[in-house]
Amino acid sequence: MEDLSTASAAEIASAVSTKSVSARSVVASTLERIARIDGRVNSFTDVLSDRALARADAVDAARQRGQAIGPLAGVPFAVKNLFDVAGLPTRAGAKINRDRVPAERDATLIARLEAAGAILVGALNMGEFAYDFTGENIHDGPTRNPHDLEHMSGGSSGGSGGAVAAGLVPLTLGSDTNGSIRVPSAFCGCFGLKPTYGRLSRAGSFPFVGSLDHLGPIARSVTDLALAYDAMQGPDPADPVETDRGIEAVRPTLDAGIGDLRVGVAGGYFARGGDAEAFAAVQHLGHALGCDRTVDIPEAARARAAAYLITAAEGATLHLDRLRSRAEDFDPAVRDRLIAGAMIPAPYLERAQRFRRHYRTAVLDLFRDVDVILAPSTPCRAPRLGQKTFVLDGVELPVRANIGVFTQPISFIGLPVAAVPVWLDDGLPLGVQIIGAPWREDVVLRIARYLEKEGHVRAPVAAFA
Amino acid sequence: MAARDTKPAFDPDAYLSAGLGILDLAIDPDWAPAIVANLKVLHAAAELVASFLLADEAEAAPVFEA
Repeated sequence: MEDLSTASAAEIASAVSTKSVSARSVVASTLERIARIDGRVNSFTDVLSDRALARADAVDAARQRGQAIGPLAGVPFAVKNLFDVAGLPTRAGAKINRDRVPAERDATLIARLEAAGAILVGALNMGEFAYDFTGENIHDGPTRNPHDLEHMSGGSSGGSGGAVAAGLVPLTLGSDTNGSIRVPSAFCGCFGLKPTYGRLSRAGSFPFVGSLDHLGPIARSVTDLALAYDAMQGPDPADPVETDRGIEAVRPTLDAGIGDLRVGVAGGYFARGGDAEAFAAVQHLGHALGCDRTVDIPEAARARAAAYLITAAEGATLHLDRLRSRAEDFDPAVRDRLIAGAMIPAPYLERAQRFRRHYRTAVLDLFRDVDVILAPSTPCRAPRLGQKTFVLDGVELPVRANIGVFTQPISFIGLPVAAVPVWLDDGLPLGVQIIGAPWREDVVLRIARYLEKEGHVRAPVAAFA
Repeated sequence: MAARDTKPAFDPDAYLSAGLGILDLAIDPDWAPAIVANLKVLHAAAELVASFLLADEAEAAPVFEA
């Protein structure tokens, strides 16, 4: 029997649909690989063997009956542990949340993926309460970067990046408030999609910053991102900020090529304050796309500062009662930022929200001249585990606060981003953001797919002895 | 009466002590240096944002519909 344990979601779905392999054998192989490898990566916090095997049997039985089994039939996937999974307390990376009542039902996005035939196999490690860019968790240990186990996976969706890069599952879900899908995608060498704010339902996920929270997929191929994204779209009354736009499938146009799409490379703020190789990765893709245009995203530093303020204030508000009653049970790095965030005067917070609308208008103007903007995902490759500072442009800075310098100004106004992995040499990968106008996930994924087909970006499974 | 053009310097230690009271929060004294460090970072961010001139009519975007 063909080993599909490290195959793409599309390959698995095709094999299951054509009966060349059973969903049960795919899931059994996945569970075996997780048991064999994840001790070194530490990406899973919960493995749902019984549930997954039962679900696989149901898919196989439906196939035997000749029923439609969906575009993701038999595809194993896993979710950041801030997604509700029926029967599990929604951990959100926190010791405190382990005392929560187990969730009664799955999050909307899990239900939608399973309705498309996918099979949930587990929940994934993450930075506490998603206030993290490192992938380190003081309670569960760090998710290690599968491409170099002594380096960070990136966060806060560290397990989501680690599990995909290690070839444990072809597809994971993460959340992205300030960069938490794009950073682990960069550090772990995966593809990630942060959709437009309000595009995918957040119902049944533990929040962090309501006005900035997004959910989205991480995978090893652009086609897998598109398949998952299409399966997860659709209105959901349970998420009050989700759009009521209809489903706009991206898979049908994914291989349309770049045609006359106009590409710009972000200059200014996005071309300084990082390692030269981070900018070299962007230039490499710019050349591959025939881009000779530089775009200045105005006021990006101020946008990052405003996102920083809103994050601290809204996050602190969410957790204020827990800070009063169980402060000692937080990760200190999270707790201390939240306590400070609780003290931001209201005028500063309001000012940040008012600036946000101004900035949004200015940035949307740029899309009259370009269809996508390229920018680095992170200012450097994955730092070493436990590393507290790094030197960027000759300045020593704290790692935690500065990994997201290039992602924060983009999620601040909810723009869709395909995060793609670039391998400049034999070292760790770098990430590039392909940033689009609101609701143009089709465009950013088309560009990503073109770059993938032309061999400029790729997401290999890490080599394990 | 103090002159109105005398702008007091930001004192994060004093601000933390006062803030804990109004928020009904208790901390271990060992946590204070890290919280103060975060207050300084937030203060710098707030000054950067607040220094941008916005029209009185500029609306907030507390929930963002792209």
